[in-house]
Amino acid sequence: MLRQLTAAAGMLLVFTALTGLVYPLVVTGAAQAAFGHRADGSLIERDGEAVGSELIGQPFEGEGYFHPRPSAVGYDGAASGGDNLGPSDEGLLEGIEARTEEYRAENGLADDAEVPVDAVTASASGLDPHITVANARLQTSRVAEARGMDTGEVARLVDDNTTGRTLGVLGEKGVNVLELNLALDEEAPAS
Amino acid sequence: MSGAAWFQFAALIAALLATAPFLGRYMAKVYGDGEKAPGDRFFLPVERAVYRLCRVDPDSEQRWTSYALSLLAFSAVSFLAVYGLQRLQPFLPLNPVDLPAVEPRVAFNVAVSFATNTNWQAYGGESTMSHLTQMLGLTVQNFVSAAAGMAVMAAFLRGLARRRAATLGNFWVDLTRGTLRILLPLSTLVALVLAGCGVIQNLNGHTVVTTLEGAAQTIPGGPAASQVAIKQLGTNGGGFFDMNSAHPFENATALSNFVENWAILVIPLALAFTFGAMVRDRRQGRAVFGIMLAVWAVMSIGTMALEAGGSPRLEALGVDQSAAADQSGGYLEGKEVRFGPAASGLWAASTTGTSNGSVNAMHDSFTPAGGGLAMVHMMFGEVSPGGVGVGLNGLLVMAVLAVFIAGLMVGRTPEYLGKKIRAAEMKLVVLYVLAMPTVLLGFAAASVLLPTALASLNNTGPHGLSEILYGYASTANNNGSAFAGLDSSTTWYTTTMGLAMLVGRFFLIIPVLAIAGSMAAKRPAPATAGTLPTHTPLFAGMVVGVMVIVAGLTFLPALALGPIVEQLSL
Repeated sequence: MLRQLTAAAGMLLVFTALTGLVYPLVVTGAAQAAFGHRADGSLIERDGEAVGSELIGQPFEGEGYFHPRPSAVGYDGAASGGDNLGPSDEGLLEGIEARTEEYRAENGLADDAEVPVDAVTASASGLDPHITVANARLQTSRVAEARGMDTGEVARLVDDNTTGRTLGVLGEKGVNVLELNLALDEEAPAS
Repeated sequence: MSGAAWFQFAALIAALLATAPFLGRYMAKVYGDGEKAPGDRFFLPVERAVYRLCRVDPDSEQRWTSYALSLLAFSAVSFLAVYGLQRLQPFLPLNPVDLPAVEPRVAFNVAVSFATNTNWQAYGGESTMSHLTQMLGLTVQNFVSAAAGMAVMAAFLRGLARRRAATLGNFWVDLTRGTLRILLPLSTLVALVLAGCGVIQNLNGHTVVTTLEGAAQTIPGGPAASQVAIKQLGTNGGGFFDMNSAHPFENATALSNFVENWAILVIPLALAFTFGAMVRDRRQGRAVFGIMLAVWAVMSIGTMALEAGGSPRLEALGVDQSAAADQSGGYLEGKEVRFGPAASGLWAASTTGTSNGSVNAMHDSFTPAGGGLAMVHMMFGEVSPGGVGVGLNGLLVMAVLAVFIAGLMVGRTPEYLGKKIRAAEMKLVVLYVLAMPTVLLGFAAASVLLPTALASLNNTGPHGLSEILYGYASTANNNGSAFAGLDSSTTWYTTTMGLAMLVGRFFLIIPVLAIAGSMAAKRPAPATAGTLPTHTPLFAGMVVGVMVIVAGLTFLPALALGPIVEQLSL
């Protein structure tokens, strides 16, 4: 048994060096050399200052910005999480009902207008960078009005910041909220 | 289900069909008896150096008992190393945000979890583990616990293939070759593809940025891509971040999602071909592959369709869940927009059919029936296609059980691959089949009765029971995915789930090795007209039937009180 244990300890040490040090460091080196920007978190800079990451959603509340999905962690990048409530949970359903009414009021929709599902449900990560195109379209006139922009112009920016399905079949279409709002700021700085 | 969802599903199957047979035959050479394998010129000298360093004689063959002892010794040492790293992390380097030592009970649970290839996470990665612990503790176990599972499978296959033999190979050799020749090259490749998609790979701490609205936001750093690649390929599943592969830094795009989903399935499926090659009857391998793929496909379609269907309760509130050109629709609570219900459902079936357990959506938030399917998929014992190595073992045990039941029906001595199955093997099969349900249902029943255990629930009513059932289904099957609302960091859950993981690993592996030892010693009987062929669709159907009957008899009452009643009452 002792011989087995020494062999085990030796093996673990060897593989700790190989898979715990050499492997991640080699991958880090190669990834940094080949895709430095992405390996570092796809940070977006404006005027030389990092303002966020292409991949991590941000909270937006202003009228003149597109709003992201609800988040269980308030878009805190140091945490991540969903609210993990089951579909029959009364608290969850009350929350969704309240968000639905709020969404209609914010965007000037009729009391019985249907609201896109992503706008009132929390994402898995709490950091979802995207909203659906349907959700963005319903917010367009509010944003245009707040910025004094033409609705058609805002709609064009929405289209510019929409990513389609990869290779036409993988995943789903989405609008990157941070990139869209950056484009808005560039086009017509919020007053 | 939308057209794109079907295409996505078909694309994944095509990618698997294009790669699994080649990988399987390659692995057969890696584990084969004395054959030459590709890459010998590079790998053999490295392997010899490893054996010399560890004072292992690669030519000494082990009986099943010493093979099992080596595995146990290795698991014990691994447990101690992961436990020690977590407890000592404040005193060790590469801890850029000064995380404190992990609490003892959580550290115990995590050490068991990673040493048993479960990767259940009773903690949030980014807020608990230093970069050093992630690299030296968790990433290392991702490799070696997977390689250990594959080693056991190699021993089992040798037991089936060898005639009148006393030994099953050498654990240290299998461990070394599996890590160096299979897991490391594949992981490096996948990690780089993922980094190209946007999965982070750096040694930074947190970066604090000022958002457009002037708030501070923390952007985390770390070597995620290297860990994500092996967590998928080795069916480990433990995430770098709390939210696992739903986190944009672990799974940035639909393409990274596709690659990760492929990586979850490819080795377990390829091992079916390894089996066919090692027992020198490719038809047997194809039959096993067919069973794995068929069960997985049915569960995938079911979960995708249920999640795309949405929830009637949301519809009543005026929420639009229909699929259209401008939205995926479906039940998006706990799901990411870039994946939608289809890629989330497909992943859920893949991660629970293997022992992977990583998630790209929150299973706790799935529709009751969708979450129930994920649970059922684990309750099959994770054989469709199962964890690396252990999944194939589980399916072959089911095949032996099917042969036995068929033998009883026609009154003949059952045999599998020419070897007669007798009472000794059947007792071990029964032990294997009973171990997982016993701990799952036993601990779940105790949890329902204990007020401290119930205090951990995030949901009440049937969904609360589902949280408990899912937790023990996951740990007893070494899966690691969770209905994450359950607070599993309490003393009760860290302890009992730690025990469930130990039983789920070693009470399955040791009977398998014992069966292998006894099968290896047999002399195969020639096939006669009365022999039941085990490569036909009929037999594949019987194996699936046995799986469904065993799981159904065991778990249907519990499921009826959890997901089934919740779905009916929506």
